[in-house]
Amino acid sequence: MSVPHEAIEIESPGFFRSLSTRDWAWGVFVVAATTFILAVYGERMDRYEIGVLLLSAGGTVWMGWYWRAFQPYAIVVGALSLIGVLSYGGVFSGTGDLARNETNFFLKYLVSGQSATMWMCALYFAATTAYLASLFRYKDGTPALRPALTIMAVTGLIGAGFWYVGSSNMVSGVEFIAPMFLILTAAAFIGLFARSDFPAQVGTALAWAGSVMGLAGLFVRWRETFLHDATWGYIPVSNLYEVFILFAVMTTLMYLYYEQRSRSQAMGGFVMLVVSASVAFLLWYITDRQAHIVEPLVPALQSWWMKIHVPTNFVGYGGFAIAAMLGVAYLLRARGERVNPNGLLATRLPSREVIDDVSYKAIAIGFAFFTIATILGALWAAEAWGGYWSWDPKETWALIVWLNYAAWLHMRFTKGWRGVGMAWWSIGGLFITTFAFLGVNMFLSGLHSYGEL
Amino acid sequence: MSSTTVETRRQPRGRSTTVIVLEFLGSMNLAITLLVAVGIASIIGTVLEQNRPYQEYLLNFGPFWHEIFAGMALYDVYSAGWFLFIMTFLVTSTAVCVYRHAPSMIREMRQFRLSVKEKSLRSFRHNVALDLESPPDAVLDRARRALTSRGYRVRVKDHGDHQVMSAMKGATNRLGYLFTHVAIVVICVGALLDGRMPLKLAELTGRLVVETRDIPASQVPAISRLGPNNPSFRGGVELAEGQSAGIVFITVRDGYVVQELPFRVEVREFRMEHFDTGTPRLFESDLVIYDDDLDEPLEHTIRVNHPLIYKGHAIYQASFADGGSELNFNIWPFGPRGVEPVQFEGKVFENYPMEVDGHGNWLVEIMNLEVHNSNRFIDDDGKAVTRHLGPSVHLRLRNQAGESWEFENYMYPVEEEGRLFFLSGMREDATQEFRFLHIPVAPGHERLIDLRPDQARADHMGDPVMGAGPGPTGIERFMTFQAMLSNPEVIERVVQQSVTSGAMPVGDEAMQTQVAQTMGRLLNVFAQGGYDALAHEIETRTPPDQVEQVTDVFVRVLHAGLQALYLEVLAEEGVEQISEADMVFLEDAVSAINAARFYGAPVFFQLADFNHIEASGLMITKAPYKNVVYFGSAMLTLGIFLLFYVAHRRVWVWVKPGEQGSRAVLAGTSNRNMVEFGKEFQQLSAAALGHRPGADTQESPEKTP
Repeated sequence: MSVPHEAIEIESPGFFRSLSTRDWAWGVFVVAATTFILAVYGERMDRYEIGVLLLSAGGTVWMGWYWRAFQPYAIVVGALSLIGVLSYGGVFSGTGDLARNETNFFLKYLVSGQSATMWMCALYFAATTAYLASLFRYKDGTPALRPALTIMAVTGLIGAGFWYVGSSNMVSGVEFIAPMFLILTAAAFIGLFARSDFPAQVGTALAWAGSVMGLAGLFVRWRETFLHDATWGYIPVSNLYEVFILFAVMTTLMYLYYEQRSRSQAMGGFVMLVVSASVAFLLWYITDRQAHIVEPLVPALQSWWMKIHVPTNFVGYGGFAIAAMLGVAYLLRARGERVNPNGLLATRLPSREVIDDVSYKAIAIGFAFFTIATILGALWAAEAWGGYWSWDPKETWALIVWLNYAAWLHMRFTKGWRGVGMAWWSIGGLFITTFAFLGVNMFLSGLHSYGEL
Repeated sequence: MSSTTVETRRQPRGRSTTVIVLEFLGSMNLAITLLVAVGIASIIGTVLEQNRPYQEYLLNFGPFWHEIFAGMALYDVYSAGWFLFIMTFLVTSTAVCVYRHAPSMIREMRQFRLSVKEKSLRSFRHNVALDLESPPDAVLDRARRALTSRGYRVRVKDHGDHQVMSAMKGATNRLGYLFTHVAIVVICVGALLDGRMPLKLAELTGRLVVETRDIPASQVPAISRLGPNNPSFRGGVELAEGQSAGIVFITVRDGYVVQELPFRVEVREFRMEHFDTGTPRLFESDLVIYDDDLDEPLEHTIRVNHPLIYKGHAIYQASFADGGSELNFNIWPFGPRGVEPVQFEGKVFENYPMEVDGHGNWLVEIMNLEVHNSNRFIDDDGKAVTRHLGPSVHLRLRNQAGESWEFENYMYPVEEEGRLFFLSGMREDATQEFRFLHIPVAPGHERLIDLRPDQARADHMGDPVMGAGPGPTGIERFMTFQAMLSNPEVIERVVQQSVTSGAMPVGDEAMQTQVAQTMGRLLNVFAQGGYDALAHEIETRTPPDQVEQVTDVFVRVLHAGLQALYLEVLAEEGVEQISEADMVFLEDAVSAINAARFYGAPVFFQLADFNHIEASGLMITKAPYKNVVYFGSAMLTLGIFLLFYVAHRRVWVWVKPGEQGSRAVLAGTSNRNMVEFGKEFQQLSAAALGHRPGADTQESPEKTP
């Protein structure tokens, strides 16, 4: 059997020829925006800043080409951030007025750093609920009554318990754990009425929306730091509050990418749970500690290295968090297949191969970026602490995290390990990572004590 | 652990010891064991705070564990001999691993495997077999075009009855293995050489002895000194403004060694600036480098994140401290003499003996001067606000019995609830929190709070505004009041006056005498021990059922006495119109005297003036292998991306002449991302053979060779 040769293109068209008109428009748009920025502000920028701008522009173009969904995302984030920044005024001349976040409609209800963050929190909670609801949807034309009711009863009770104990001040703060359970209760309830996987579609939309608000909020906050006092201005990745927003947004975006690539929305409920956990922490941090208040940077953090060191790190943390939650999904799926092959777990969760593949990819990208972040940290330390490596607790724990995932990858590559053991390992990895991220700041003293609770 | 693996494995005869040793060193098990050891050691090093003074450890762990921990070098894990040994072993193990695997990796990159059999190709997960109209050469030609345009390298071999085309792409994936593992070796070697390894070796071979005595650097013997040609070190030195040094100290366990520098560095000025929130904004030092190689001294300002690199030495702004500031105090003795302060001058970090009348000999240790104190808190509106408290001095008083009290005294009054107070914190040792004595400031001294240097002014001047002279600071009224209260003669006079003046409705003379006696006694009791002493007095002297009634009367009598005494103070001061503020002062003064019993010290040190001298802590390092480590890091990054994101793909076209044209088999495999490769293979089979997906693909069960 054969086919006429003309019907098929023998030679590969090459990268640039494979780009669509939309891709070219995207490239032109980013270049135009960059040129505009350089024309207006170029004179006030030093060569580092110009370098960072050009690299970011290149990265943005590439990102949009590599992942097309990034294009509309970036445009909406950019537009909202611009609305926020322009609403404060003083961009081109004079000084902006921070007080406008009380009077200006857009700032007060939508895009001031704090309002946008609250939107992000709400949207991420809703996205998690929607994703999870999809797991409880109709089965063979009837509601999945038993599992949904069981989950509702158990999580509802626990959630209400936490809420009661926390809000009656017996153990203050635990009411912020309650949403994690109540989300599940709500999801199981909604799932009773879902005939299709429509809730998952809603979940995806909400996750995108939350990511838009989170990132736009950070951008506007960046401007706000300058409005508090021109000498304060800093990129908002310098304290625990800001990096938690970064973590939530980064993890969600990475997840959304894998969701598109693997064409499976069933992992969303798991990944978004860890995002919701960080949102719950954020809410506690705002209400209990007023962490959202902008404070100036200590001298050690006044360095442009921070701009790249911290975000790079959070690609790593995001990847590890996704892998851990997928580890949970993997274990549930494996158990479901064993115990009840026709149950929700065995039918609703993605196949073990898909989960395994995405976990590996998440750990790989996380590991690669975590390596870069640690190296960037070393370069920064050589400028700030008197040496590229000081065995500071944070550095040491970064090394431990790195060794842990290096071992994980070695076992997968050289011994071909897969399955339940590796899933448990990636879950354990998240605990090590969390200790490196939070525990070190809370329990150990050292040079890196910026993010204390 | 690893050695057992080697032993239990059956050894073929004739293997040399070298091979066995290499196999052991390069084994995965050894590497994992070592990595786990490094991990555990690292965790110990973070949990046990490193490089603290040994005294502190002794206190925390007790002598038994302290000995053990010190013996295992757990206080400086990362410089411990055993830790460095493990690291060296790890480097060796990785190097051997690379040495053993590199040849096969390189072979894998270069060999095209042209003698592959049709049967084995058909067993690939991705393979297609087709009968084509075109002759074998045309098939291969087309396949070559398709493959090369997609970045594949291609080789063809004619086997006579059939031809094999082998193509590969992404062989750099194999370089990823080499790069990452060589990078680890490079980074570790560089870091070991830059780190404590050379120092450790010098110590082991007896060329260096750690100095533990507290002696001037110039007297440290040569055996504890390192010459300027020492290739790498990290040391620190603290210099007061105007001081210079040609050495740094390297802390080693509970001692130090002296590292000589090929130049002298002087700290001309240290500056610390603040945001108006009270948090530090800037630490910087104006340095001058003196070196014979320089035509004239080099002046440079360093700050955090901006070190000076000179002759391969990096000079960092690491810390700051007081450099022996000069302080002027007014010492107010509590008690009857407390009307006139004693002038006193001292320096931070110095000790001064002092005689206090009636309290024997004391030692004053001036511990620190803190120029900036501020409090940041969230107010009722949810806004963050800062309260600036001005300078404070930290000192310790020691009596002959060896008892000591620490004090933290603020120079300027602090406003609380609209009134001004001098704050003096006291604690018995560093483990406690300060308890503050609030000494009220007489009304009319509100200007003091305006005199307090605000942040900006303090940053630029660092000088006090309040005069050094004995000018009134508003503390005099309180001191006079407490002096009079503790003087029985004064009390008697005042009591007599108040009882006889008719200000109080007291009956006959006998009654007057009794009231006067009671009032005098109560005032004395209160002066000695506050309300507690009063309560005690009442309890011991009255039947239980009358305590309440008696207390009520006594407190009224006491207050009348205190008020009379206070009026006397005001009269002496020349105050004619007694304001409400004056009366509030009395309440505050009484509270202060009541609270003063915890205070311990017989005197109050009022900071009157100071000349702030700062010291800058410099860290000076030399790390010549830094660039080696950076090179290794770049290599590691590159290697990781090659390993993860470049898949080594191989594709074969096996073709032989068929009945009408040719018979072709296309098969391929990838060592990463088989899912993506599946899609690529479909495109490839369409482009190279004109195969439509789904037509007659023969996909064998999952198996890759």
